[in-house]
Amino acid sequence: MGEEEKFETIIVGAGPAGIACAYTLAKKGKSVLVIERGSNAGSKNVTGGRLYTYALEILEPGIWKEAALERKVTHERTIILQGDNALNIEYYNPSFNRDDRMPVAYTILRGAFDEWFAARAEEMGAIVACGVKVDGLIQKDGKVVGVKCGEDDMLADIVVAADGVNSLIAQEAGIIPDISAHSIGIGVKEVIELPAPVIEERFNLKDGEGTACMLLGCTEGIHGGGFLYTNKESISLGCVFTPEEAAQNKKPIHKIFQNVKMLPAVNELITGGQTVEYSAHLVSERGYRGIPESIFKNGLLLVGDAAGLVVNMGYSIRGMDLAILSGIAAARAILNEDRIELVGPVYYQELEQLIMPTMKALDGYTDLLAIPRIYANYPAFALDLCQQVYHITGEVPRKIKDEARAVLKNNNLSIWNLIKDGLRGYRSI
Amino acid sequence: MSIATKEVTELLSLNRFEVDEVSAHIVLDKEICRNCVEKPCLIVCPAGLYKLDKTGEISFDYAGCLECGTCRVMCKNKGIIKWEYPQGGFGVHFRYG
Repeated sequence: MGEEEKFETIIVGAGPAGIACAYTLAKKGKSVLVIERGSNAGSKNVTGGRLYTYALEILEPGIWKEAALERKVTHERTIILQGDNALNIEYYNPSFNRDDRMPVAYTILRGAFDEWFAARAEEMGAIVACGVKVDGLIQKDGKVVGVKCGEDDMLADIVVAADGVNSLIAQEAGIIPDISAHSIGIGVKEVIELPAPVIEERFNLKDGEGTACMLLGCTEGIHGGGFLYTNKESISLGCVFTPEEAAQNKKPIHKIFQNVKMLPAVNELITGGQTVEYSAHLVSERGYRGIPESIFKNGLLLVGDAAGLVVNMGYSIRGMDLAILSGIAAARAILNEDRIELVGPVYYQELEQLIMPTMKALDGYTDLLAIPRIYANYPAFALDLCQQVYHITGEVPRKIKDEARAVLKNNNLSIWNLIKDGLRGYRSI
Repeated sequence: MSIATKEVTELLSLNRFEVDEVSAHIVLDKEICRNCVEKPCLIVCPAGLYKLDKTGEISFDYAGCLECGTCRVMCKNKGIIKWEYPQGGFGVHFRYG
């Protein structure tokens, strides 16, 4: 790379946001360089996870049909856990697997998906340089004009920071401060290989179908939860924790996660499997409130996780679809506005159309998920109540309302908590 | 049955790492760490790479780092005096992700 080489756009990070941006720009003939520090796209990335398909459809109609995806999510399951006991709730919608319809979501693994996605951008003419780290920005008169990679200065009209939740670029640019501990969760995950027929039998799946599963009550009371996704020939099992509460709890988070694997209701889903990878990643937990005050500066746009564009709804965390949309929004702004100093404001207007209404609408989930009792007391209450309802011994049963009251009390809850939290939850969402 | 609770070292051994033998991407000021009361890094590092020895010294083995950034966010007394991503092509290489 020569010192004087200049691109119209340089994108830092070959995740979904960066690649969606590169794809859109390259398709319109713009010169685009994507710089990725991993030795291939996806090699630094981790998802739960699932991708909501509509975002790919907005990028390029039909492209999802050839994408490196795992299984169509047809089964949405919640498992509420208390020790060995479990309450399963499953929603099954076979129409999500109809040939004439686009499935709502697919389970994915980022290694395969990101590499496939980056190759599509390259086909459009973008250059994706992997194994190269951006060391910093080049700024001139308060304006970002390029990036430094070791000895090389790479210049561009616009730099797009798609470098993820821990965006050192955005921090260097002074757009966002250091990440505060209460605004993030730490996710850990194992990928556990199992033969496809075993997965299908275990989860009652037909051709290409898959399960997305949320686990509640498995984090030892720490604000957080577990997830399980069926891939083609593996299961992604993980937990997300609030690190501040974990630190107070004094128990290493990997140890809590290891215990989740051994809970009978979880273990029966993964038994016989072979763990092939252990990963960890931060996730923004603040939703709409986590978006920085400004997500651009002269010559620089933030997209995806770097811009805090993540919504946690409890049963699902949306990040990758919003990342793709923000990449498209950034590309549209670059394409539609020639004056560099105005690209940022135009990008924000695009986001106002593509993403912000969704993020605002889902903002209340942050309040709902802030109710501490939903991580231990309520799951325990539900399971204890099940125990009373199903455990018939021949003794004269108590009235169910009396039983419920006793179980509430055993779990340090009151009717007042139920009313207050119910109302708070209702108002939030 | 191959599913069992695993030690974190065993989990890390499943991953692919390209270790940069020349330079550590995370560096501690051990005096600051010694005086840090909370030491959240010992709990929150999902790879369990922060260790406290008998003399009260904190050590960190950057070779198994998952590059999540939790320690950087949680380190309140700034004992982590350098936190960068590894050089291009180095560090953890997730094959599945």
